[in-house]
Amino acid sequence: MSIHTKIVDDLVANDISFVTTVPCKQLAGVIDEIEARPEIYHIPSNKEDEGMGLCAGAFMGGKRPAIIMQNTAIGVTINTLATLTQFYRMPLPMLISYRGELREPVACQVEMAVHTKALLNQLNIPTYHFHKESDANELDAILKYTFMCNKPVAILTDASFWGGYGDQ
Amino acid sequence: MIRSDVLRDIAPVIRDHLVVCNIGLPSQELHLLDDQPTNFYMLGTMGLSSSIGLGLALAQGKKVISIDGDGSVLTNFGTLPTIANNVADNYILLIIDNGSYGSTGDQPTYAGKKTSLTAVARACGCETVIECQASETKEVLEKALASNKMTIIVCKCESGNIKVPVITMDPVVIRDRFMKAVQA
Repeated sequence: MSIHTKIVDDLVANDISFVTTVPCKQLAGVIDEIEARPEIYHIPSNKEDEGMGLCAGAFMGGKRPAIIMQNTAIGVTINTLATLTQFYRMPLPMLISYRGELREPVACQVEMAVHTKALLNQLNIPTYHFHKESDANELDAILKYTFMCNKPVAILTDASFWGGYGDQ
Repeated sequence: MIRSDVLRDIAPVIRDHLVVCNIGLPSQELHLLDDQPTNFYMLGTMGLSSSIGLGLALAQGKKVISIDGDGSVLTNFGTLPTIANNVADNYILLIIDNGSYGSTGDQPTYAGKKTSLTAVARACGCETVIECQASETKEVLEKALASNKMTIIVCKCESGNIKVPVITMDPVVIRDRFMKAVQA
Protein backbone atom coordinates (compact mmCIF):
# COMPACT_ATOMS: atom_id res chain seq x y z
CA MET A 1 0.00 0.00 0.00
CA SER A 2 1.37 3.46 -0.82
CA ILE A 3 1.91 5.95 1.99
CA HIS A 4 -0.69 8.22 0.36
CA THR A 5 -3.31 5.48 0.52
CA LYS A 6 -2.41 4.65 4.10
CA ILE A 7 -2.73 8.28 5.22
CA VAL A 8 -6.11 8.75 3.54
CA ASP A 9 -7.32 5.36 4.85
CA ASP A 10 -6.59 6.64 8.36
CA LEU A 11 -8.53 9.86 7.69
CA VAL A 12 -11.52 7.89 6.45
CA ALA A 13 -11.33 5.38 9.31
CA ASN A 14 -11.53 8.34 11.70
CA ASP A 15 -14.66 9.62 9.96
CA ILE A 16 -12.94 12.66 8.45
CA SER A 17 -15.16 13.61 5.53
CA PHE A 18 -14.31 17.26 4.80
CA VAL A 19 -10.78 18.09 3.75
CA THR A 20 -9.41 21.39 2.51
CA THR A 21 -6.05 21.61 0.82
CA VAL A 22 -3.48 24.15 -0.27
CA PRO A 23 -1.02 22.25 -2.41
CA CYS A 24 2.64 21.36 -1.95
CA LYS A 25 4.69 19.14 -4.23
CA GLN A 26 5.29 16.73 -1.35
CA LEU A 27 1.57 16.43 -0.68
CA ALA A 28 0.49 15.91 -4.29
CA GLY A 29 -0.04 12.16 -3.90
CA VAL A 30 -2.18 12.57 -0.78
CA ILE A 31 -4.23 15.32 -2.42
CA ASP A 32 -4.86 13.10 -5.47
CA GLU A 33 -5.96 10.29 -3.17
CA ILE A 34 -8.32 12.61 -1.25
CA GLU A 35 -9.84 13.85 -4.49
CA ALA A 36 -10.45 10.24 -5.55
CA ARG A 37 -12.27 9.15 -2.37
CA PRO A 38 -16.07 9.36 -2.41
CA GLU A 39 -16.17 9.44 1.42
CA ILE A 40 -14.39 12.81 1.48
CA TYR A 41 -15.61 16.20 0.28
CA HIS A 42 -12.43 17.83 -1.03
CA ILE A 43 -12.51 21.62 -1.13
CA PRO A 44 -9.31 23.30 -2.25
CA SER A 45 -8.84 26.71 -0.60
CA ASN A 46 -6.96 29.72 -1.88
CA LYS A 47 -5.31 30.53 1.42
CA GLU A 48 -4.91 28.48 4.55
CA ASP A 49 -6.83 30.80 6.90
CA GLU A 50 -9.76 30.58 4.51
CA GLY A 51 -9.41 26.79 4.72
CA MET A 52 -9.53 26.91 8.51
CA GLY A 53 -12.75 28.93 8.29
CA LEU A 54 -14.26 26.27 6.01
CA CYS A 55 -13.17 23.56 8.47
CA ALA A 56 -14.70 25.44 11.42
CA GLY A 57 -18.03 25.64 9.59
CA ALA A 58 -17.93 21.98 8.57
CA PHE A 59 -17.19 20.95 12.15
CA MET A 60 -20.15 22.93 13.46
CA GLY A 61 -22.23 21.28 10.74
CA GLY A 62 -21.39 17.86 12.14
CA LYS A 63 -18.49 16.78 9.94
CA ARG A 64 -14.97 15.99 10.97
CA PRO A 65 -12.60 18.25 9.02
CA ALA A 66 -8.88 18.27 8.24
CA ILE A 67 -6.54 20.69 6.52
CA ILE A 68 -3.55 19.83 4.36
CA MET A 69 -0.97 22.58 3.79
CA GLN A 70 2.69 23.61 3.84
CA ASN A 71 4.51 24.76 6.97
CA THR A 72 4.74 28.26 5.48
CA ALA A 73 1.01 28.42 6.28
CA ILE A 74 1.76 28.62 10.00
CA GLY A 75 2.92 32.15 9.28
CA VAL A 76 -0.38 32.87 7.54
CA THR A 77 -2.75 31.30 10.05
CA ILE A 78 -1.59 32.24 13.55
CA ASN A 79 -4.46 34.67 14.08
CA THR A 80 -7.02 32.16 12.83
CA LEU A 81 -5.60 29.35 14.95
CA ALA A 82 -5.69 31.54 18.08
CA THR A 83 -8.97 33.42 17.60
CA LEU A 84 -11.10 30.81 15.84
CA THR A 85 -9.89 27.23 16.18
CA GLN A 86 -8.46 27.52 19.70
CA PHE A 87 -10.75 30.24 21.10
CA TYR A 88 -13.90 28.27 20.17
CA ARG A 89 -12.23 24.93 21.02
CA MET A 90 -12.50 23.16 17.71
CA PRO A 91 -10.57 20.09 16.59
CA LEU A 92 -8.41 20.42 13.47
CA PRO A 93 -5.86 17.88 12.28
CA MET A 94 -3.28 19.73 10.18
CA LEU A 95 -1.26 17.49 7.87
CA ILE A 96 1.68 19.72 7.07
CA SER A 97 4.42 19.38 4.53
CA TYR A 98 7.55 20.39 6.46
CA ARG A 99 9.59 22.14 3.81
CA GLY A 100 13.08 23.43 4.49
CA GLU A 101 14.34 20.32 6.30
CA LEU A 102 17.10 17.87 5.24
CA ARG A 103 17.13 17.21 1.46
CA GLU A 104 15.45 20.57 0.77
CA PRO A 105 16.67 22.05 -2.54
CA VAL A 106 15.11 25.56 -2.10
CA ALA A 107 17.00 27.80 0.33
CA CYS A 108 14.08 30.11 1.05
CA GLN A 109 12.05 27.22 2.47
CA VAL A 110 14.56 26.97 5.32
CA GLU A 111 13.64 30.49 6.44
CA MET A 112 10.17 29.35 7.55
CA ALA A 113 11.34 25.87 8.59
CA VAL A 114 13.46 27.36 11.37
CA HIS A 115 10.39 29.11 12.81
CA THR A 116 7.86 26.31 12.34
CA LYS A 117 8.29 24.32 15.55
CA ALA A 118 8.89 27.45 17.64
CA LEU A 119 5.63 28.98 16.43
CA LEU A 120 3.66 25.78 17.01
CA ASN A 121 5.22 25.53 20.45
CA GLN A 122 4.37 29.15 21.23
CA LEU A 123 0.74 28.40 20.27
CA ASN A 124 0.67 25.29 22.51
CA ILE A 125 -0.28 23.19 19.50
CA PRO A 126 0.48 19.48 19.95
CA THR A 127 3.04 18.71 17.25
CA TYR A 128 4.21 15.41 15.74
CA HIS A 129 7.06 15.09 13.29
CA PHE A 130 7.06 12.28 10.71
CA HIS A 131 10.63 11.67 9.53
CA LYS A 132 10.57 7.96 8.64
CA GLU A 133 7.75 6.23 6.81
CA SER A 134 7.01 4.05 9.84
CA ASP A 135 6.22 7.23 11.84
CA ALA A 136 2.91 7.31 9.98
CA ASN A 137 1.82 4.33 12.07
CA GLU A 138 0.95 6.89 14.75
CA LEU A 139 -1.42 8.85 12.51
CA ASP A 140 -4.51 6.93 13.60
CA ALA A 141 -3.77 7.65 17.27
CA ILE A 142 -2.99 11.31 16.53
CA LEU A 143 -6.35 11.75 14.79
CA LYS A 144 -8.20 10.13 17.69
CA TYR A 145 -6.29 12.40 20.09
CA THR A 146 -7.24 15.50 18.06
CA PHE A 147 -10.98 14.80 18.21
CA MET A 148 -10.72 13.78 21.86
CA CYS A 149 -9.20 17.10 22.98
CA ASN A 150 -10.82 19.51 20.45
CA LYS A 151 -7.57 21.22 19.54
CA PRO A 152 -5.66 21.96 16.38
CA VAL A 153 -2.88 19.38 16.09
CA ALA A 154 0.10 19.60 13.72
CA ILE A 155 1.61 16.66 11.87
CA LEU A 156 4.84 17.78 10.22
CA THR A 157 5.97 15.54 7.38
CA ASP A 158 9.48 16.21 6.10
CA ALA A 159 11.28 15.35 2.87
CA SER A 160 12.86 12.20 4.29
CA PHE A 161 9.40 10.94 5.19
CA TRP A 162 8.24 11.45 1.60
CA GLY A 163 11.45 10.01 0.16
CA GLY A 164 12.94 13.24 -1.19
CA TYR A 165 11.66 15.65 -3.82
CA GLY A 166 12.09 13.54 -6.93
CA ASP A 167 13.32 15.56 -9.87
CA GLN A 168 12.93 19.00 -8.31
CA MET B 1 -30.10 53.31 6.24
CA ILE B 2 -27.01 52.14 8.09
CA ARG B 3 -26.02 48.54 8.86
CA SER B 4 -27.94 48.33 12.13
CA ASP B 5 -31.13 49.44 10.30
CA VAL B 6 -30.59 46.64 7.78
CA LEU B 7 -30.06 44.10 10.56
CA ARG B 8 -33.22 45.30 12.34
CA ASP B 9 -35.15 44.95 9.09
CA ILE B 10 -33.97 41.43 8.28
CA ALA B 11 -34.00 40.04 11.85
CA PRO B 12 -37.47 38.44 11.48
CA VAL B 13 -36.34 36.79 8.21
CA ILE B 14 -33.03 35.37 9.41
CA ARG B 15 -34.28 34.33 12.86
CA ASP B 16 -35.34 30.86 11.70
CA HIS B 17 -32.10 30.11 9.86
CA LEU B 18 -28.49 29.48 10.75
CA VAL B 19 -26.58 32.76 10.74
CA VAL B 20 -22.82 33.25 10.79
CA CYS B 21 -22.17 36.87 11.69
CA ASN B 22 -19.09 38.93 10.96
CA ILE B 23 -16.65 40.12 13.64
CA GLY B 24 -17.06 43.39 15.50
CA LEU B 25 -20.06 45.68 15.28
CA PRO B 26 -22.21 43.45 13.01
CA SER B 27 -22.14 40.63 15.60
CA GLN B 28 -22.59 43.06 18.48
CA GLU B 29 -25.54 44.72 16.76
CA LEU B 30 -27.23 41.43 15.88
CA HIS B 31 -26.64 40.16 19.42
CA LEU B 32 -28.29 43.29 20.82
CA LEU B 33 -31.18 43.34 18.34
CA ASP B 34 -32.13 39.67 18.27
CA ASP B 35 -29.92 37.16 20.03
CA GLN B 36 -30.72 33.61 18.89
CA PRO B 37 -29.09 30.22 19.45
CA THR B 38 -29.00 29.94 15.66
CA ASN B 39 -26.56 32.89 15.54
CA PHE B 40 -22.83 32.19 15.46
CA TYR B 41 -21.03 35.34 16.54
CA MET B 42 -17.47 35.82 15.39
CA LEU B 43 -15.44 37.39 18.17
CA GLY B 44 -12.25 37.49 16.13
CA THR B 45 -10.74 36.43 12.80
CA MET B 46 -11.71 39.14 10.33
CA GLY B 47 -12.69 37.85 6.92
CA LEU B 48 -13.84 34.31 7.61
CA SER B 49 -17.61 34.69 8.01
CA SER B 50 -18.20 33.64 4.40
CA SER B 51 -15.83 30.65 4.71
CA ILE B 52 -17.35 29.41 7.98
CA GLY B 53 -20.82 29.75 6.50
CA LEU B 54 -19.89 27.88 3.32
CA GLY B 55 -18.30 25.02 5.29
CA LEU B 56 -21.41 24.83 7.43
CA ALA B 57 -23.73 24.82 4.41
CA LEU B 58 -21.73 22.09 2.68
CA ALA B 59 -21.72 19.93 5.82
CA GLN B 60 -25.46 19.85 6.51
CA GLY B 61 -28.82 20.63 4.90
CA LYS B 62 -30.23 23.62 6.81
CA LYS B 63 -30.12 27.06 5.26
CA VAL B 64 -27.14 29.20 6.21
CA ILE B 65 -26.80 32.97 5.91
CA SER B 66 -23.35 34.46 6.27
CA ILE B 67 -23.52 38.14 7.15
CA ASP B 68 -20.33 39.76 5.96
CA GLY B 69 -19.04 43.25 5.28
CA ASP B 70 -17.29 44.78 2.30
CA GLY B 71 -14.08 45.21 4.28
CA SER B 72 -14.11 41.58 5.42
CA VAL B 73 -14.72 40.27 1.92
CA LEU B 74 -11.82 42.39 0.70
CA THR B 75 -9.66 40.81 3.42
CA ASN B 76 -10.57 37.28 2.30
CA PHE B 77 -11.02 37.78 -1.45
CA GLY B 78 -10.10 34.15 -2.13
CA THR B 79 -13.45 33.14 -0.65
CA LEU B 80 -15.43 34.18 -3.75
CA PRO B 81 -13.86 31.66 -6.19
CA THR B 82 -14.20 28.94 -3.53
CA ILE B 83 -17.90 29.76 -3.10
CA ALA B 84 -18.45 29.88 -6.89
CA ASN B 85 -16.85 26.49 -7.42
CA ASN B 86 -18.46 24.69 -4.46
CA VAL B 87 -22.14 25.39 -4.94
CA ALA B 88 -24.32 24.94 -1.85
CA ASP B 89 -27.91 25.85 -2.62
CA ASN B 90 -28.65 26.23 1.10
CA TYR B 91 -26.12 29.07 1.31
CA ILE B 92 -26.62 32.82 1.13
CA LEU B 93 -23.81 35.33 1.48
CA LEU B 94 -25.16 38.72 2.50
CA ILE B 95 -22.49 41.39 2.10
CA ILE B 96 -23.54 44.57 3.87
CA ASP B 97 -21.53 47.00 1.79
CA ASN B 98 -21.30 50.38 3.48
CA GLY B 99 -18.03 51.27 1.78
CA SER B 100 -16.20 51.50 5.08
CA TYR B 101 -14.47 49.62 7.86
CA GLY B 102 -17.21 50.33 10.40
CA SER B 103 -15.78 48.59 13.46
CA THR B 104 -12.50 50.48 13.28
CA GLY B 105 -13.72 54.04 12.75
CA ASP B 106 -15.34 54.13 9.31
CA GLN B 107 -12.19 54.30 7.25
CA PRO B 108 -13.18 54.02 3.56
CA THR B 109 -12.76 50.68 1.76
CA TYR B 110 -11.99 50.22 -1.92
CA ALA B 111 -15.51 48.77 -2.30
CA GLY B 112 -16.79 52.28 -1.64
CA LYS B 113 -14.52 53.62 -4.36
CA LYS B 114 -13.81 51.96 -7.72
CA THR B 115 -14.20 48.28 -6.79
CA SER B 116 -17.57 46.62 -7.28
CA LEU B 117 -17.97 43.49 -5.14
CA THR B 118 -20.96 42.55 -7.29
CA ALA B 119 -18.80 42.55 -10.41
CA VAL B 120 -16.01 40.70 -8.61
CA ALA B 121 -18.40 37.97 -7.36
CA ARG B 122 -19.72 37.52 -10.89
CA ALA B 123 -16.21 37.44 -12.36
CA CYS B 124 -15.30 34.75 -9.82
CA GLY B 125 -18.08 32.57 -11.22
CA CYS B 126 -20.86 33.10 -8.68
CA GLU B 127 -24.03 32.51 -10.70
CA THR B 128 -26.65 34.38 -8.69
CA VAL B 129 -25.41 37.76 -7.52
CA ILE B 130 -27.91 40.45 -6.58
CA GLU B 131 -27.01 44.03 -5.73
CA CYS B 132 -29.70 45.94 -3.88
CA GLN B 133 -30.28 49.08 -1.86
CA ALA B 134 -30.50 48.77 1.91
CA SER B 135 -34.28 49.23 1.96
CA GLU B 136 -34.75 46.30 -0.46
CA THR B 137 -32.60 43.84 1.48
CA LYS B 138 -35.39 42.12 3.40
CA GLU B 139 -37.38 41.37 0.26
CA VAL B 140 -34.32 40.25 -1.72
CA LEU B 141 -33.30 37.96 1.14
CA GLU B 142 -36.78 36.43 1.39
CA LYS B 143 -36.75 35.70 -2.33
CA ALA B 144 -33.26 34.23 -2.17
CA LEU B 145 -34.31 31.92 0.67
CA ALA B 146 -37.36 30.80 -1.28
CA SER B 147 -35.35 30.20 -4.46
CA ASN B 148 -33.23 27.40 -2.97
CA LYS B 149 -30.31 28.68 -4.99
CA MET B 150 -26.96 29.79 -3.67
CA THR B 151 -27.12 33.58 -3.72
CA ILE B 152 -24.69 36.40 -3.10
CA ILE B 153 -26.44 39.61 -2.04
CA VAL B 154 -24.54 42.88 -2.05
CA CYS B 155 -26.56 45.34 0.03
CA LYS B 156 -25.46 48.94 -0.50
CA CYS B 157 -26.02 51.00 2.62
CA GLU B 158 -24.73 54.09 4.36
CA SER B 159 -21.75 54.13 6.63
CA GLY B 160 -22.39 54.58 10.34
CA ASN B 161 -22.70 52.78 13.65
CA ILE B 162 -24.87 52.67 16.74
CA LYS B 163 -23.46 52.34 20.23
CA VAL B 164 -23.51 48.69 21.27
CA PRO B 165 -21.90 46.69 24.07
CA VAL B 166 -19.31 44.00 23.31
CA ILE B 167 -20.39 40.38 23.46
CA THR B 168 -19.27 38.86 26.74
CA MET B 169 -20.62 35.35 26.10
CA ASP B 170 -17.85 32.77 26.20
CA PRO B 171 -16.85 31.55 22.72
CA VAL B 172 -17.29 27.90 23.68
CA VAL B 173 -20.81 28.69 24.90
CA ILE B 174 -21.60 30.44 21.60
CA ARG B 175 -20.26 27.47 19.68
CA ASP B 176 -21.97 24.83 21.80
CA ARG B 177 -25.32 26.63 21.74
CA PHE B 178 -24.99 27.06 17.97
CA MET B 179 -24.09 23.40 17.34
CA LYS B 180 -27.14 22.28 19.35
CA ALA B 181 -29.29 24.56 17.18
CA VAL B 182 -27.71 23.09 14.04
CA GLN B 183 -28.57 19.58 15.23
CA ALA B 184 -32.09 20.44 16.49
